[in-house]
Amino acid sequence: MAAQRTLSREGIEVFRFSPLATVLIPLLALFLQASLPLRFSFFAIFNLPLLVVIFFAVARRSPMAGTVTGCVIGIAQDSLAYAHQPIGLFGISNTVVGYIASSIGVKIDVENPGSRLLMTFGFYLLSRGIYQILRNMARQPIDFNWGHELGAALANAVLAVGLFLLLDRYKQRG
Amino acid sequence: MENFFTRYRNETVLFGILFVQIIALAVQVRVPQPPLGSASGAVQQQQAGPRLIRVWATSLIAPFQKVTVHSGEGVRGMWRNYVDLIHVRQQNAEMKQEIDRLRLEKIRLQQDAEQGQRLQALLGFKEQYLDSTVAAQVIGTSGTDLSRVIYIDRGTRDGIEPGMAVITPDGIVGKVSRADKTTSQVLLITDPLSGAGVLLERLRLNGVLKGTQGGYPEVLNVMADEKVQPGDTIVTTGGDRVFPKGLPVGTVTNVFPDRERDPFLAIRVKPAVNLGRLEEVLVVTKILEQQVVTDSTNGPVRAADVLAQRLPSAKKKSADEVAKQTAAAEAAPGGETPAMSAEPAAVPPVATPAPMPGGKPATGANLADKKSGANPPAGAKPADKKTTTPTTNSATTNPKPPKETPH
Repeated sequence: MAAQRTLSREGIEVFRFSPLATVLIPLLALFLQASLPLRFSFFAIFNLPLLVVIFFAVARRSPMAGTVTGCVIGIAQDSLAYAHQPIGLFGISNTVVGYIASSIGVKIDVENPGSRLLMTFGFYLLSRGIYQILRNMARQPIDFNWGHELGAALANAVLAVGLFLLLDRYKQRG
Repeated sequence: MENFFTRYRNETVLFGILFVQIIALAVQVRVPQPPLGSASGAVQQQQAGPRLIRVWATSLIAPFQKVTVHSGEGVRGMWRNYVDLIHVRQQNAEMKQEIDRLRLEKIRLQQDAEQGQRLQALLGFKEQYLDSTVAAQVIGTSGTDLSRVIYIDRGTRDGIEPGMAVITPDGIVGKVSRADKTTSQVLLITDPLSGAGVLLERLRLNGVLKGTQGGYPEVLNVMADEKVQPGDTIVTTGGDRVFPKGLPVGTVTNVFPDRERDPFLAIRVKPAVNLGRLEEVLVVTKILEQQVVTDSTNGPVRAADVLAQRLPSAKKKSADEVAKQTAAAEAAPGGETPAMSAEPAAVPPVATPAPMPGGKPATGANLADKKSGANPPAGAKPADKKTTTPTTNSATTNPKPPKETPH
Protein backbone atom coordinates (compact mmCIF):
# COMPACT_ATOMS: atom_id res chain seq x y z
CA MET A 1 0.00 0.00 0.00
CA ALA A 2 1.42 3.29 -1.04
CA ALA A 3 2.06 5.66 1.81
CA GLN A 4 -0.07 8.74 1.77
CA ARG A 5 1.81 11.98 2.08
CA THR A 6 0.68 14.49 4.66
CA LEU A 7 1.67 18.07 4.17
CA SER A 8 1.73 20.87 6.68
CA ARG A 9 -0.03 24.15 6.11
CA GLU A 10 3.17 25.44 4.49
CA GLY A 11 3.19 22.47 2.09
CA ILE A 12 6.06 20.61 3.74
CA GLU A 13 5.89 16.90 4.33
CA VAL A 14 5.21 15.92 7.93
CA PHE A 15 5.70 12.54 9.58
CA ARG A 16 4.13 10.69 12.41
CA PHE A 17 5.26 7.81 14.57
CA SER A 18 3.55 4.71 15.87
CA PRO A 19 2.44 4.90 19.52
CA LEU A 20 4.99 2.23 20.36
CA ALA A 21 7.86 4.23 18.87
CA THR A 22 6.55 7.42 20.49
CA VAL A 23 6.78 5.81 23.93
CA LEU A 24 9.71 3.45 23.57
CA ILE A 25 12.24 5.72 21.85
CA PRO A 26 12.23 8.39 24.60
CA LEU A 27 12.23 5.68 27.27
CA LEU A 28 15.17 3.95 25.62
CA ALA A 29 16.99 7.27 25.37
CA LEU A 30 16.45 7.93 29.08
CA PHE A 31 17.51 4.41 29.98
CA LEU A 32 20.70 4.58 27.91
CA GLN A 33 21.50 8.04 29.22
CA ALA A 34 21.19 6.82 32.80
CA SER A 35 23.02 3.52 32.27
CA LEU A 36 25.84 4.00 29.77
CA PRO A 37 27.86 6.52 31.82
CA LEU A 38 28.34 3.75 34.38
CA ARG A 39 30.58 1.87 31.98
CA PHE A 40 31.65 4.71 29.69
CA SER A 41 31.98 7.86 31.75
CA PHE A 42 32.56 10.01 28.66
CA PHE A 43 28.98 9.27 27.62
CA ALA A 44 27.74 11.79 30.18
CA ILE A 45 28.70 14.47 27.69
CA PHE A 46 25.87 13.35 25.40
CA ASN A 47 22.26 14.32 25.89
CA LEU A 48 20.24 11.60 24.18
CA PRO A 49 16.85 12.77 25.50
CA LEU A 50 17.46 16.22 24.00
CA LEU A 51 18.40 14.67 20.66
CA VAL A 52 15.17 12.66 20.71
CA VAL A 53 13.20 15.83 21.44
CA ILE A 54 14.82 17.55 18.46
CA PHE A 55 14.23 14.57 16.20
CA PHE A 56 10.55 14.21 17.03
CA ALA A 57 10.00 17.95 16.80
CA VAL A 58 11.53 18.43 13.37
CA ALA A 59 9.95 15.27 11.99
CA ARG A 60 6.42 16.07 13.14
CA ARG A 61 6.78 19.75 12.32
CA SER A 62 4.03 20.52 14.80
CA PRO A 63 5.00 23.15 17.39
CA MET A 64 2.38 21.89 19.78
CA ALA A 65 3.60 18.30 19.60
CA GLY A 66 7.21 19.48 19.88
CA THR A 67 6.37 21.54 22.94
CA VAL A 68 4.62 18.68 24.71
CA THR A 69 7.31 16.15 23.78
CA GLY A 70 10.04 18.44 25.08
CA CYS A 71 8.14 19.07 28.30
CA VAL A 72 7.49 15.39 29.07
CA ILE A 73 11.00 14.18 28.26
CA GLY A 74 12.57 17.11 30.08
CA ILE A 75 10.60 16.46 33.26
CA ALA A 76 11.59 12.80 33.10
CA GLN A 77 15.22 13.92 32.85
CA ASP A 78 14.73 16.22 35.83
CA SER A 79 13.33 13.34 37.84
CA LEU A 80 16.54 11.37 37.40
CA ALA A 81 18.78 14.27 38.43
CA TYR A 82 19.52 15.49 41.97
CA ALA A 83 17.02 14.72 44.68
CA HIS A 84 17.40 18.32 45.82
CA GLN A 85 17.23 19.90 42.35
CA PRO A 86 13.85 21.36 41.51
CA ILE A 87 11.95 19.65 38.73
CA GLY A 88 11.51 21.82 35.67
CA LEU A 89 15.01 22.89 34.66
CA PHE A 90 15.35 20.34 31.87
CA GLY A 91 11.58 20.52 31.39
CA ILE A 92 11.58 24.20 30.47
CA SER A 93 14.74 24.09 28.35
CA ASN A 94 13.51 21.06 26.39
CA THR A 95 10.07 22.63 25.97
CA VAL A 96 11.60 25.70 24.35
CA VAL A 97 13.89 23.59 22.16
CA GLY A 98 10.98 21.36 21.11
CA TYR A 99 8.90 24.35 20.11
CA ILE A 100 11.66 26.11 18.17
CA ALA A 101 12.85 22.89 16.50
CA SER A 102 9.39 22.12 15.19
CA SER A 103 8.97 25.70 14.02
CA ILE A 104 12.30 25.59 12.20
CA GLY A 105 11.40 22.21 10.73
CA VAL A 106 8.62 23.93 8.83
CA LYS A 107 10.94 26.49 7.29
CA ILE A 108 14.21 24.72 6.41
CA ASP A 109 15.29 21.35 5.09
CA VAL A 110 15.99 19.24 8.13
CA GLU A 111 16.63 16.00 6.26
CA ASN A 112 20.09 17.02 5.15
CA PRO A 113 22.90 15.74 7.43
CA GLY A 114 24.68 19.09 7.26
CA SER A 115 21.64 21.03 8.40
CA ARG A 116 21.00 18.43 11.10
CA LEU A 117 24.55 18.88 12.37
CA LEU A 118 24.27 22.66 12.55
CA MET A 119 20.76 22.55 13.95
CA THR A 120 21.67 20.15 16.76
CA PHE A 121 24.81 22.13 17.55
CA GLY A 122 22.73 25.27 17.98
CA PHE A 123 19.93 23.62 19.90
CA TYR A 124 22.33 21.99 22.30
CA LEU A 125 23.89 25.35 23.16
CA LEU A 126 20.45 26.93 23.45
CA SER A 127 19.30 24.17 25.77
CA ARG A 128 22.37 24.47 27.98
CA GLY A 129 22.08 28.24 28.03
CA ILE A 130 18.46 28.12 29.19
CA TYR A 131 19.30 25.39 31.67
CA GLN A 132 22.13 27.38 33.23
CA ILE A 133 20.00 30.54 33.47
CA LEU A 134 17.25 28.59 35.20
CA ARG A 135 19.78 26.93 37.46
CA ASN A 136 21.07 30.32 38.46
CA MET A 137 17.54 31.53 39.12
CA ALA A 138 16.90 28.43 41.22
CA ARG A 139 20.01 29.18 43.30
CA GLN A 140 21.83 26.10 42.09
CA PRO A 141 25.61 26.31 41.57
CA ILE A 142 26.64 26.97 37.97
CA ASP A 143 29.98 26.70 36.25
CA PHE A 144 29.66 27.45 32.56
CA ASN A 145 32.79 26.49 30.65
CA TRP A 146 32.59 27.60 27.04
CA GLY A 147 35.22 25.19 25.81
CA HIS A 148 33.46 22.24 27.40
CA GLU A 149 30.05 23.34 26.16
CA LEU A 150 31.23 23.85 22.59
CA GLY A 151 32.92 20.46 22.58
CA ALA A 152 29.82 18.83 23.99
CA ALA A 153 27.65 20.59 21.41
CA LEU A 154 29.86 19.32 18.61
CA ALA A 155 29.88 15.78 20.01
CA ASN A 156 26.10 15.79 20.30
CA ALA A 157 25.73 17.19 16.78
CA VAL A 158 27.90 14.43 15.34
CA LEU A 159 25.99 11.80 17.27
CA ALA A 160 22.71 13.31 16.14
CA VAL A 161 23.56 12.84 12.47
CA GLY A 162 23.96 9.09 12.95
CA LEU A 163 21.13 8.78 15.43
CA PHE A 164 18.65 10.64 13.23
CA LEU A 165 19.49 8.36 10.30
CA LEU A 166 18.69 5.40 12.54
CA LEU A 167 15.47 6.93 13.83
CA ASP A 168 14.36 7.87 10.29
CA ARG A 169 13.35 4.23 9.92
CA TYR A 170 10.54 4.73 12.40
CA LYS A 171 9.01 7.64 10.53
CA GLN A 172 5.62 7.03 9.01
CA ARG A 173 4.07 9.12 6.29
CA GLY A 174 0.50 10.27 6.60
CA MET B 1 -12.73 36.10 12.36
CA GLU B 2 -10.56 33.47 13.92
CA ASN B 3 -10.61 33.09 17.64
CA PHE B 4 -7.45 34.41 19.28
CA PHE B 5 -6.62 31.06 20.90
CA THR B 6 -7.20 29.19 17.65
CA ARG B 7 -5.00 31.56 15.74
CA TYR B 8 -2.19 31.47 18.28
CA ARG B 9 -2.80 27.94 19.40
CA ASN B 10 0.86 26.85 19.33
CA GLU B 11 2.08 29.91 21.16
CA THR B 12 -0.70 29.57 23.71
CA VAL B 13 0.25 25.97 24.43
CA LEU B 14 3.94 26.91 24.67
CA PHE B 15 3.39 29.74 27.11
CA GLY B 16 0.84 27.73 29.06
CA ILE B 17 3.27 24.85 29.58
CA LEU B 18 6.14 27.20 30.37
CA PHE B 19 3.98 29.13 32.82
CA VAL B 20 2.98 26.00 34.69
CA GLN B 21 6.57 24.78 34.86
CA ILE B 22 7.90 28.14 36.02
CA ILE B 23 5.25 28.35 38.74
CA ALA B 24 6.09 24.80 39.82
CA LEU B 25 9.78 25.72 39.81
CA ALA B 26 9.14 28.80 41.91
CA VAL B 27 7.15 26.79 44.43
CA GLN B 28 9.97 24.26 44.77
CA VAL B 29 12.71 26.87 45.09
CA ARG B 30 10.69 28.76 47.68
CA VAL B 31 11.05 25.82 50.04
CA PRO B 32 14.03 26.57 52.34
CA GLN B 33 16.96 24.33 51.51
CA PRO B 34 18.79 23.15 54.62
CA PRO B 35 22.47 22.26 54.24
CA LEU B 36 23.13 18.83 52.82
CA GLY B 37 25.73 18.03 55.42
CA SER B 38 23.16 16.76 57.85
CA ALA B 39 21.09 13.68 57.41
CA SER B 40 18.03 15.47 58.67
CA GLY B 41 18.49 18.14 56.05
CA ALA B 42 18.45 15.58 53.31
CA VAL B 43 15.34 14.00 54.76
CA GLN B 44 13.56 17.34 54.89
CA GLN B 45 14.51 18.07 51.31
CA GLN B 46 13.24 14.72 50.26
CA GLN B 47 9.91 15.37 51.90
CA ALA B 48 9.65 18.88 50.50
CA GLY B 49 10.41 18.01 46.89
CA PRO B 50 8.00 16.63 44.30
CA ARG B 51 8.80 13.11 45.34
CA LEU B 52 6.08 11.33 43.41
CA ILE B 53 7.40 12.28 39.97
CA ARG B 54 10.86 11.15 40.95
CA VAL B 55 9.54 7.85 42.25
CA TRP B 56 7.64 7.28 39.02
CA ALA B 57 10.66 8.06 36.86
CA THR B 58 12.97 5.91 38.94
CA SER B 59 10.47 3.06 39.10
CA LEU B 60 10.15 3.17 35.33
CA ILE B 61 13.88 3.05 34.62
CA ALA B 62 15.33 1.13 37.57
CA PRO B 63 13.94 -2.35 36.77
CA PHE B 64 15.53 -2.27 33.31
CA GLN B 65 18.77 -1.02 34.81
CA LYS B 66 18.78 -3.81 37.38
CA VAL B 67 18.17 -6.44 34.71
CA THR B 68 20.89 -4.99 32.49
CA VAL B 69 23.44 -4.72 35.27
CA HIS B 70 22.81 -8.18 36.67
CA SER B 71 22.76 -9.89 33.29
CA GLY B 72 25.94 -8.01 32.40
CA GLU B 73 27.47 -9.31 35.61
CA GLY B 74 26.60 -12.84 34.52
CA VAL B 75 28.21 -12.45 31.12
CA ARG B 76 31.31 -10.86 32.62
CA GLY B 77 31.45 -13.61 35.22
CA MET B 78 31.46 -16.25 32.50
CA TRP B 79 34.22 -14.43 30.70
CA ARG B 80 36.30 -14.00 33.83
CA ASN B 81 35.77 -17.52 35.13
CA TYR B 82 36.17 -19.52 31.96
CA VAL B 83 37.80 -17.53 29.19
CA ASP B 84 40.01 -14.87 30.71
CA LEU B 85 42.29 -17.24 32.63
CA ILE B 86 45.48 -16.78 30.66
CA HIS B 87 48.59 -16.15 32.79
CA VAL B 88 46.67 -16.99 35.95
CA ARG B 89 49.36 -19.37 37.18
CA GLN B 90 52.04 -16.72 36.82
CA GLN B 91 49.87 -14.09 38.47
CA ASN B 92 49.10 -16.51 41.26
CA ALA B 93 52.80 -17.00 41.99
CA GLU B 94 53.42 -13.27 41.95
CA MET B 95 50.52 -12.63 44.27
CA LYS B 96 51.71 -15.27 46.70
CA GLN B 97 55.02 -13.47 46.90
CA GLU B 98 53.19 -10.20 47.45
CA ILE B 99 51.10 -11.77 50.20
CA ASP B 100 54.25 -13.00 51.94
CA ARG B 101 55.72 -9.54 51.85
CA LEU B 102 52.53 -7.96 53.13
CA ARG B 103 52.26 -10.46 55.95
CA LEU B 104 55.58 -9.35 57.30
CA GLU B 105 54.70 -5.71 56.85
CA LYS B 106 51.42 -6.25 58.62
CA ILE B 107 53.15 -7.57 61.71
CA ARG B 108 55.21 -4.43 62.00
CA LEU B 109 52.19 -2.20 61.47
CA GLN B 110 50.17 -4.20 63.95
CA GLN B 111 52.68 -3.41 66.65
CA ASP B 112 52.49 0.27 65.83
CA ALA B 113 48.71 0.15 65.89
CA GLU B 114 48.63 -1.63 69.22
CA GLN B 115 50.98 0.91 70.69
CA GLY B 116 48.85 3.73 69.33
CA GLN B 117 45.68 2.20 70.71
CA ARG B 118 47.25 1.76 74.12
CA LEU B 119 48.12 5.44 74.14
CA GLN B 120 44.65 6.39 72.94
CA ALA B 121 43.11 4.28 75.68
CA LEU B 122 45.24 6.08 78.23
CA LEU B 123 43.99 9.40 76.93
CA GLY B 124 40.37 8.27 76.84
CA PHE B 125 40.05 8.61 73.06
CA LYS B 126 36.92 7.47 71.30
CA GLU B 127 37.03 5.69 67.98
CA GLN B 128 34.41 5.23 65.31
CA TYR B 129 33.63 1.80 64.00
CA LEU B 130 31.59 0.58 61.09
CA ASP B 131 28.86 -1.25 62.91
CA SER B 132 26.62 -2.19 60.04
CA THR B 133 26.89 -1.92 56.28
CA VAL B 134 24.73 -2.89 53.35
CA ALA B 135 26.33 -3.94 50.07
CA ALA B 136 24.67 -2.52 46.98
CA GLN B 137 25.03 -2.70 43.23
CA VAL B 138 25.32 0.51 41.22
CA ILE B 139 22.58 0.43 38.57
CA GLY B 140 22.52 3.88 37.01
CA THR B 141 23.45 7.54 36.91
CA SER B 142 21.60 10.81 36.44
CA GLY B 143 22.75 10.70 32.83
CA THR B 144 24.17 14.20 32.86
CA ASP B 145 27.47 15.67 33.90
CA LEU B 146 25.60 18.51 35.57
CA SER B 147 24.43 16.37 38.48
CA ARG B 148 26.86 13.77 39.68
CA VAL B 149 24.67 11.15 41.25
CA ILE B 150 24.39 7.40 40.95
CA TYR B 151 21.58 5.00 41.72
CA ILE B 152 21.99 1.82 43.78
CA ASP B 153 19.72 -1.20 44.03
CA ARG B 154 19.02 -0.88 47.76
CA GLY B 155 16.44 1.33 49.41
CA THR B 156 14.47 1.95 52.57
CA ARG B 157 13.44 -1.70 52.55
CA ASP B 158 17.09 -2.55 53.23
CA GLY B 159 17.54 0.07 55.92
CA ILE B 160 18.98 2.80 53.69
CA GLU B 161 18.19 6.37 54.67
CA PRO B 162 19.21 9.78 53.30
CA GLY B 163 22.48 11.06 54.74
CA MET B 164 24.18 7.69 55.08
CA ALA B 165 27.78 7.36 53.89
CA VAL B 166 28.58 5.29 50.81
CA ILE B 167 32.05 3.76 50.54
CA THR B 168 34.11 1.09 48.82
CA PRO B 169 37.24 -0.68 50.07
CA ASP B 170 39.25 1.97 48.22
CA GLY B 171 37.65 4.97 49.92
CA ILE B 172 34.60 7.18 50.18
CA VAL B 173 32.10 7.53 47.35
CA GLY B 174 29.41 9.92 48.58
CA LYS B 175 26.27 9.95 50.64
CA VAL B 176 22.69 8.90 50.12
CA SER B 177 20.64 11.89 49.00
CA ARG B 178 17.34 10.11 48.44
CA ALA B 179 16.02 6.69 49.35
CA ASP B 180 13.02 5.02 47.76
CA LYS B 181 11.71 1.61 48.62
CA THR B 182 14.05 -0.45 46.45
CA THR B 183 16.52 2.09 45.08
CA SER B 184 18.53 5.02 46.42
CA GLN B 185 20.25 8.02 44.94
CA VAL B 186 23.82 8.73 46.00
CA LEU B 187 25.41 12.17 45.72
CA LEU B 188 29.05 11.67 44.70
CA ILE B 189 31.91 13.54 46.38
CA THR B 190 32.71 15.14 43.01
CA ASP B 191 29.43 17.03 42.97
CA PRO B 192 29.47 20.73 43.88
CA LEU B 193 26.75 20.19 46.45
CA SER B 194 28.59 17.50 48.35
CA GLY B 195 30.90 18.07 51.29
CA ALA B 196 33.05 16.10 53.72
CA GLY B 197 35.42 16.84 56.55
CA VAL B 198 38.91 15.69 55.57
CA LEU B 199 42.42 15.59 56.93
CA LEU B 200 45.70 15.90 55.06
CA GLU B 201 47.57 13.00 56.62
CA ARG B 202 51.16 14.23 56.37
CA LEU B 203 50.51 17.72 57.70
CA ARG B 204 47.57 16.78 59.96
CA LEU B 205 45.60 19.66 58.48
CA ASN B 206 41.83 19.76 58.52
CA GLY B 207 39.86 20.95 55.52
CA VAL B 208 36.56 20.65 53.73
CA LEU B 209 36.22 18.54 50.61
CA LYS B 210 33.89 20.03 48.02
CA GLY B 211 33.08 18.87 44.52
CA THR B 212 33.22 21.16 41.50
CA GLN B 213 31.29 21.44 38.28
CA GLY B 214 34.35 20.12 36.48
CA GLY B 215 34.03 16.82 38.30
CA TYR B 216 37.11 16.95 40.51
CA PRO B 217 36.88 17.52 44.24
CA GLU B 218 38.87 20.22 46.03
CA VAL B 219 39.93 20.70 49.62
CA LEU B 220 39.13 24.16 50.89
CA ASN B 221 39.86 26.11 54.07
CA VAL B 222 43.61 25.37 54.13
CA MET B 223 45.80 28.42 54.63
CA ALA B 224 48.09 29.47 51.80
CA ASP B 225 51.28 29.20 53.88
CA GLU B 226 50.87 25.46 54.42
CA LYS B 227 53.30 23.23 52.56
CA VAL B 228 50.81 20.99 50.81
CA GLN B 229 52.36 18.92 48.05
CA PRO B 230 51.00 16.83 45.20
CA GLY B 231 50.87 13.22 46.30
CA ASP B 232 49.76 13.96 49.87
CA THR B 233 47.09 11.57 50.98
CA ILE B 234 43.76 12.66 52.39
CA VAL B 235 41.45 10.80 54.79
CA THR B 236 38.16 11.55 56.44
CA THR B 237 38.09 13.20 59.86
CA GLY B 238 34.73 11.84 60.96
CA GLY B 239 33.78 15.32 62.10
CA ASP B 240 31.00 15.66 59.55
CA ARG B 241 29.04 12.89 61.28
CA VAL B 242 28.51 11.23 57.89
CA PHE B 243 31.75 9.47 57.01
CA PRO B 244 33.57 7.39 59.62
CA LYS B 245 37.02 8.61 60.58
CA GLY B 246 40.10 7.46 58.70
CA LEU B 247 38.62 6.40 55.36
CA PRO B 248 40.76 7.17 52.30
CA VAL B 249 39.52 10.12 50.29
CA GLY B 250 42.20 10.60 47.65
CA THR B 251 45.55 12.17 46.86
CA VAL B 252 46.50 15.76 46.13
CA THR B 253 47.15 16.38 42.45
CA ASN B 254 47.45 20.14 42.27
CA VAL B 255 47.79 23.03 44.70
CA PHE B 256 47.11 26.66 43.82
CA PRO B 257 45.90 29.84 45.53
CA ASP B 258 42.15 30.07 45.86
CA ARG B 259 41.18 33.25 44.01
CA GLU B 260 37.77 33.46 45.61
CA ARG B 261 39.11 32.99 49.15
CA ASP B 262 42.38 34.87 49.11
CA PRO B 263 44.42 33.64 52.06
CA PHE B 264 43.44 30.04 51.39
CA LEU B 265 44.60 27.30 49.07
CA ALA B 266 42.54 25.35 46.57
CA ILE B 267 43.77 21.77 46.64
CA ARG B 268 42.65 19.59 43.77
CA VAL B 269 42.17 15.96 44.70
CA LYS B 270 42.16 12.73 42.74
CA PRO B 271 39.57 10.50 44.46
CA ALA B 272 40.84 7.22 45.84
CA VAL B 273 37.85 5.53 44.26
CA ASN B 274 37.42 5.42 40.49
CA LEU B 275 34.00 7.07 40.49
CA GLY B 276 33.65 6.61 36.76
CA ARG B 277 33.59 2.84 37.03
CA LEU B 278 31.69 1.98 40.18
CA GLU B 279 30.05 -1.42 40.33
CA GLU B 280 29.52 -2.27 43.98
CA VAL B 281 29.45 -0.06 47.04
CA LEU B 282 28.80 -0.30 50.76
CA VAL B 283 26.27 1.89 52.52
CA VAL B 284 27.24 2.53 56.14
CA THR B 285 23.94 2.10 57.93
CA LYS B 286 25.33 2.41 61.44
CA ILE B 287 28.45 3.87 63.00
CA LEU B 288 29.44 2.94 66.51
CA GLU B 289 31.48 5.30 68.65
CA GLN B 290 33.21 3.81 71.64
CA GLN B 291 36.30 4.12 73.77
CA VAL B 292 39.46 2.46 72.54
CA VAL B 293 40.19 -0.97 73.97
CA THR B 294 43.80 -1.99 74.34
CA ASP B 295 43.28 -5.64 73.51
CA SER B 296 43.46 -5.15 69.78
CA THR B 297 43.50 -8.81 68.88
CA ASN B 298 39.97 -9.31 70.16
CA GLY B 299 38.59 -5.80 69.95
CA PRO B 300 36.70 -4.17 67.15
CA VAL B 301 38.43 -3.06 64.01
CA ARG B 302 38.76 0.61 63.15
CA ALA B 303 37.03 1.81 60.00
CA ALA B 304 40.36 2.46 58.31
CA ASP B 305 41.67 -0.95 59.27
CA VAL B 306 38.57 -2.67 58.00
CA LEU B 307 39.11 -1.23 54.57
CA ALA B 308 42.64 -2.55 54.52
CA GLN B 309 41.45 -6.12 54.90
CA ARG B 310 41.63 -7.80 51.54
CA LEU B 311 42.16 -11.38 52.59
CA PRO B 312 38.77 -12.64 53.69
CA SER B 313 39.68 -16.28 53.32
CA ALA B 314 42.96 -16.13 55.24
CA LYS B 315 43.37 -18.45 58.23
CA LYS B 316 43.15 -17.18 61.75
CA LYS B 317 46.48 -16.72 63.48
CA SER B 318 46.99 -18.30 66.84
CA ALA B 319 48.37 -16.43 69.84
CA ASP B 320 51.60 -18.45 69.74
CA GLU B 321 52.21 -17.51 66.17
CA VAL B 322 51.58 -13.85 66.94
CA ALA B 323 54.17 -13.96 69.72
CA LYS B 324 56.60 -15.78 67.45
CA GLN B 325 56.21 -13.19 64.73
CA THR B 326 56.53 -10.33 67.18
CA ALA B 327 59.78 -11.75 68.47
CA ALA B 328 61.08 -12.20 64.94
CA ALA B 329 60.20 -8.63 64.03
CA GLU B 330 61.85 -7.23 67.13
CA ALA B 331 64.97 -9.27 66.46
CA ALA B 332 65.39 -7.62 63.08
CA PRO B 333 68.14 -4.92 63.00
CA GLY B 334 66.85 -1.42 63.61
CA GLY B 335 63.39 -2.73 64.26
CA GLU B 336 62.72 -2.90 60.54
CA THR B 337 60.79 -5.56 58.79
CA PRO B 338 62.90 -8.68 58.33
CA ALA B 339 63.69 -9.64 54.79
CA MET B 340 61.21 -11.92 53.14
CA SER B 341 61.97 -15.57 53.51
CA ALA B 342 62.92 -17.46 50.42
CA GLU B 343 60.59 -20.23 51.46
CA PRO B 344 56.97 -19.23 51.59
CA ALA B 345 56.23 -22.09 53.97
CA ALA B 346 58.31 -20.38 56.65
CA VAL B 347 55.87 -17.48 56.75
CA PRO B 348 53.14 -17.91 59.32
CA PRO B 349 49.51 -17.48 58.43
CA VAL B 350 47.84 -14.15 58.90
CA ALA B 351 45.14 -13.34 61.39
CA THR B 352 41.70 -13.26 59.95
CA PRO B 353 40.28 -9.75 59.75
CA ALA B 354 38.45 -9.11 62.96
CA PRO B 355 34.73 -8.91 62.43
CA MET B 356 32.63 -5.85 63.11
CA PRO B 357 31.12 -5.34 66.52
CA GLY B 358 27.65 -5.34 65.07
CA GLY B 359 28.01 -8.70 63.47
CA LYS B 360 28.95 -7.64 59.96
CA PRO B 361 32.04 -9.10 58.36
CA ALA B 362 34.87 -6.90 57.22
CA THR B 363 34.25 -4.53 54.36
CA GLY B 364 36.49 -6.25 51.90
CA ALA B 365 34.90 -9.55 52.67
CA ASN B 366 31.50 -8.03 52.18
CA LEU B 367 32.26 -6.88 48.71
CA ALA B 368 34.01 -10.05 47.75
CA ASP B 369 31.11 -12.11 48.99
CA LYS B 370 28.54 -10.15 47.11
CA LYS B 371 30.52 -10.30 43.95
CA SER B 372 31.21 -13.98 44.02
CA GLY B 373 28.05 -15.05 45.73
CA ALA B 374 30.07 -17.17 48.12
CA ASN B 375 29.38 -17.56 51.82
CA PRO B 376 31.40 -15.41 54.21
CA PRO B 377 34.57 -16.98 55.55
CA ALA B 378 34.59 -18.70 58.86
CA GLY B 379 36.47 -15.86 60.46
CA ALA B 380 33.85 -13.36 59.44
CA LYS B 381 31.23 -14.50 61.91
CA PRO B 382 29.67 -11.95 64.20
CA ALA B 383 31.99 -10.73 66.88
CA ASP B 384 32.00 -12.00 70.39
CA LYS B 385 30.05 -9.47 72.44
CA LYS B 386 32.45 -9.81 75.34
CA THR B 387 35.20 -8.20 73.36
CA THR B 388 33.32 -4.97 72.77
CA THR B 389 32.56 -2.80 75.73
CA PRO B 390 31.12 0.36 74.31
CA THR B 391 31.04 3.33 76.58
CA THR B 392 29.05 5.34 74.11
CA ASN B 393 26.74 3.49 71.79
CA SER B 394 25.56 6.18 69.48
CA ALA B 395 24.22 5.23 66.12
CA THR B 396 24.80 8.34 64.13
CA THR B 397 22.67 7.53 61.19
CA ASN B 398 20.09 4.83 61.51
CA PRO B 399 18.00 4.48 64.61
CA LYS B 400 16.41 1.22 63.55
CA PRO B 401 18.44 -1.93 62.95
CA PRO B 402 19.12 -2.32 59.23
CA LYS B 403 18.63 -5.57 57.47
CA GLU B 404 21.61 -7.72 56.77
CA THR B 405 22.63 -8.09 53.19
CA PRO B 406 22.09 -11.64 51.98
CA HIS B 407 25.35 -13.19 50.83
